[in-house]
Amino acid sequence: MATEAKKKSPHLKRFHYTQDVAVDKPFNWKQMVRLMTFVKPYAKTLLPIAVIAMLISTAVRLIVPVLVGTYAIGSVIPSEDINWLIQLIVGIIILYILSYIGNVVRIKYVNLLGQNVIYDLRKKLFAHVQRLSNRFFDKRSAGSIIVRIMNDINSLQEIFTNGIINLLMDVVMLVSIIGILLYLSPPLALAVMIIIPIMFYISTKLRKNIRRSWQDVRIQQSRLNSHLNESMQGIRITQSFAQETENTEYFNGVNTDNYDSWKTATRKSAMFRPFVEMSNAFGTAILLGVGALLIINGTVTVATFVTFALFIGMFWEPISRLGQMYNQLLMAMSASERIFEFLDEEPNVKEKENAIELKDIEGHIVFDQVEFAYDEKRKALHEISLEMKPGQSVAMVGHTGSGKTTIANLINRFYDPTKGSVKVDGYDLRDVRLDDLRQRISVVLQDTFIFSGTIMENIRFGRPDASDEEVIEAAKVVGADEFIQRLAESYETEVEERGNILSAGERQLLSFARALLANPRIIILDEATASIDTETEVKIQKALKRLLKGRTSIIIAHRLSTIRDSDNIIVLEQGNILEQGNHDELMKQKGEYYELVKSQFQENA
Amino acid sequence: MDVFKKLQQYYWPYKRYFILSLIGMFIVTLVTVVYPIAIQQTIDNVMTPADFTLLPYIIIGFILLMIIKSVAIYYQQYLGDLFGISSVYLVRDDLYKKLQRLSFKYYDNAKTGDLMSRLTADVEGFRFFLSFGCAELLRILSLVIVSLGVMFYWSIPMGLVTMSAMPFLAVSVYMFDKRVHPAFRGIRKSFGRMNTRVQENISGMSTVKSLSREDFEISRYEDKGENYRDHYLKTAGIWAKYFPFMEAVGNFCVVALLAFGGYLVMQGQLTVGELSASFILVWYIVGPLMNFGFVVNMFSQAKASGERLLEILESDLEIEDSKRPEGEEIKGHITFKDVTLTYVEDDDEALKNVSFDAPPGKIIGLIGATGSGKTSITQLMTRFYEPEAGEVLIDGRSVSDFSLKDLRKDIGFVLQEPFLFSTTIKENISYGNPEATQEEIVQAAKYAQAHEFILEMPEGYDTVLGERGMGLSGGQKQRISIARALLINPNVLILDDATSAVDMQTEFRIQEALKEVMDQKTTFIIAHRISSLKHADEIIVLDEGEVVERGKHEELINNEGTYKRIYDIQYQDREAILGKEVKQHV
Repeated sequence: MATEAKKKSPHLKRFHYTQDVAVDKPFNWKQMVRLMTFVKPYAKTLLPIAVIAMLISTAVRLIVPVLVGTYAIGSVIPSEDINWLIQLIVGIIILYILSYIGNVVRIKYVNLLGQNVIYDLRKKLFAHVQRLSNRFFDKRSAGSIIVRIMNDINSLQEIFTNGIINLLMDVVMLVSIIGILLYLSPPLALAVMIIIPIMFYISTKLRKNIRRSWQDVRIQQSRLNSHLNESMQGIRITQSFAQETENTEYFNGVNTDNYDSWKTATRKSAMFRPFVEMSNAFGTAILLGVGALLIINGTVTVATFVTFALFIGMFWEPISRLGQMYNQLLMAMSASERIFEFLDEEPNVKEKENAIELKDIEGHIVFDQVEFAYDEKRKALHEISLEMKPGQSVAMVGHTGSGKTTIANLINRFYDPTKGSVKVDGYDLRDVRLDDLRQRISVVLQDTFIFSGTIMENIRFGRPDASDEEVIEAAKVVGADEFIQRLAESYETEVEERGNILSAGERQLLSFARALLANPRIIILDEATASIDTETEVKIQKALKRLLKGRTSIIIAHRLSTIRDSDNIIVLEQGNILEQGNHDELMKQKGEYYELVKSQFQENA
Repeated sequence: MDVFKKLQQYYWPYKRYFILSLIGMFIVTLVTVVYPIAIQQTIDNVMTPADFTLLPYIIIGFILLMIIKSVAIYYQQYLGDLFGISSVYLVRDDLYKKLQRLSFKYYDNAKTGDLMSRLTADVEGFRFFLSFGCAELLRILSLVIVSLGVMFYWSIPMGLVTMSAMPFLAVSVYMFDKRVHPAFRGIRKSFGRMNTRVQENISGMSTVKSLSREDFEISRYEDKGENYRDHYLKTAGIWAKYFPFMEAVGNFCVVALLAFGGYLVMQGQLTVGELSASFILVWYIVGPLMNFGFVVNMFSQAKASGERLLEILESDLEIEDSKRPEGEEIKGHITFKDVTLTYVEDDDEALKNVSFDAPPGKIIGLIGATGSGKTSITQLMTRFYEPEAGEVLIDGRSVSDFSLKDLRKDIGFVLQEPFLFSTTIKENISYGNPEATQEEIVQAAKYAQAHEFILEMPEGYDTVLGERGMGLSGGQKQRISIARALLINPNVLILDDATSAVDMQTEFRIQEALKEVMDQKTTFIIAHRISSLKHADEIIVLDEGEVVERGKHEELINNEGTYKRIYDIQYQDREAILGKEVKQHV
């Protein structure tokens, strides 16, 4: 089925999905120790309780077979003493009650420990990521960051929950069983223990091999899912271009690959249990043969033999879990490496230790000989000097890559200049508290993000402690109130990023209301070019005027009407200021700006 | 049961795998019970009488049986899995074919998230049941019955003692299952909420940073994180309550066996071997029963999953392809006669009595506010929707008279949202015409003014675009989608707000190129900017689904209607900015 499909179809490569490569990281002690530091806060509280509970139930599990095998069958039953039997049974019942309590406590505390550690770790990572700079986010897709915070941390869950305790429990159990068996009969114990290395081999190596093939399945599956997801999002394009048949051919290939990888993995997995069974059978056969011989010799009693029979079935469980743990640790290595990589990432702008508290500011911005380069090769800004006075509106005009966005990013201190300095109200930005600075600056983005929640919550994002009245007031000022009132549940209407309740223009009005609520002294605005109908456009222009009133504003401008109304227009080209002045001045100069304006109104027809 | 019957076509072809797997399973069960019997035989017939002549036979017999068991285990598991994955292969194939052909209307009301969860979780639920659930149910039943049988054979009272524990077990399994499943759902939901939170935070990071709301975000996240932890701990609490209890029931059986069995042995009614073997058999009964609830639950979940899959598989295509053979060419003469369209029954009409005639060679402009019906008009031409009343004709024939493939292969669409697939730029441009040569692709890109920026990309035309065309600006995406539409060499071209993010100079160049390519062909332009469509042969102004004005740019300007108002708003700047200038020239 597989190869045939591949030969026939020419459409097997029409889509490309980024695929994870399955690589195992070698075991790394340093990383392991670092992971364990997250357990430290609970080392004196939750951990010891869990360990004690675990030890109690493990002890019971070990003592009972001895009591039943050696004691009951060896001595009590042959003696035909009913009272003795009753005493024994009461003893076992007490042990089982202890074990029951131990189990209840263990399960509770183990989960409490694990979940707290995972919670701490994820919280730390999330909070750390919040502090990272724009550059960090520029380099990565949102998906790859989310995977680390969610999936990579989740893959550590099992280790912190049951892993540590089980590791202890299994080692205790294995050592005790070996000890008990050696005590009961050294020769029989040694004979039976041959199966331990075989079991270890199966549990680690064979399992590793199997896990690899399941990783393969996961990779195929994620490709299949990526394509399914995309095919639905792009369905309108597909149908417009009548590509249903071609896509089905592609999907057939993916589906077949997926089927093949499943088949391989499942074939390998199916080998696992037979191997375990065979090694168990091998052990039992040894027990039967050697046991019988030793009974003839008189070195071993029937009771000891029964005890051995009960214990031999208990070998597999701890060994199997240890093998699983070993595999989990290997997987945890790559996950924790990725997590630590993020945690070790430093924000590229840092607050000084004794940073100045910035109280109210006027919004006076000065660039003094500022040079900036994103990487060594290319300078984004060449020694730029400029001044923006409090309350002034400044429009920045220029092509992509001329440095408009860079200037905005420097004012917000998302980056530090490589040379020169940026000052607000006379303070060098590097000397003031970051939070204070950013609280007083708002950026209004072209593609503002709508969080899932109500309209009210979305506007309130600008200032979380604002009252409902303040939110509505802000919406009124920017003229968003009108369309919000028309929604089914007005301010309580639920919206989401991908939803189509809001048009592009309405989203823009919302972002204005958000910024207004934040009440910043300085506004940086990236003007939208999206498709907005003319009537809405007029509303946006009006709202903009209200939003900017009395604030220092820096606008990355696309609309001529905004540019024309600005107090100062800065024309940029490849990181240099070409010319600046107000509209009339620049028009008189007949420079670059003049050409730009003219070309925009050229008669096309 | 009805659900499984309807889905029969997917798993029945593979019934052979299932039956063989079941045979393997029965062998495994039988042999499993042999293990304690071997122990019993050894103790009673070999060790107690100290007669070792039988021992070699027991050992050899035991090993032979275990080999049979191992082989049977292998086939039971492998063929069972194969049964599931083969069936699911067919299900996926059919689901995909269906999803490719479902109408726009279906997708208007469907949520991608919901569809995806059906295609992943429900397909997986169905597979798991086929691979594992069915057989597991039978395995539990047979293992319990055979083990009990052996026990009863040795001693009826002892069998009864073991059975007396079953009601306790059954009740606790039932209670556990009733509580743990909602709790697990709670974990999943809580995890989903936390995931959404993180996802929104990362996707909206620029918004978070621009308003400096990091601390607020951390506290919002913490709520979700705590909620997830609490849900998890609640479930662990249920686990801690019932699991040790179920184990205790098993342990109670052991104690009861020891007490009662010990007594029987003392009375000489039971052998030591039988008693020892019973300790092993007890767990063959208790263990599987602890899983019984899980399997029953899996069954009901598989049924629900199957229902959700059937909903897709059985949904109506709505737009039936015509019976005509493919291979007709469309010249592109489009006529609307009194066309009325409603998307949802009893809703307001999206189009009301729209009529126009667009012969080849003409450029038609459509303008109007959001929701006025511009896009609807274009989507009727390719039968993405069907009109409620009136006629949509192409080359004088009703659109429903053409095969869908013919209809769509000659009409080039540039949709409002410039969706690009995750593949190379080249593959994206040639999406509608996979056989196109490199030269043709480059030519189309040149017409769409995309060639230059494509060459600046790291690997030119072979650059792979990420998720949803990441890495390109809105204008660049639009230009690639224009190239994509041009490459199918369409006789009708529809530009739905296709240049809104392109700067004016570039748009002008694209218009020049289109004049050349679309000469003698039909073009529809939807736009908000007057400059994008004022060169049209006819401009149709729409308002709430009705044609309110029509004519050439010059005519409409003199009309003092909607069009003039839009024009005034857009061109007031021009007057103001160039005003002095113009006067100077005069």
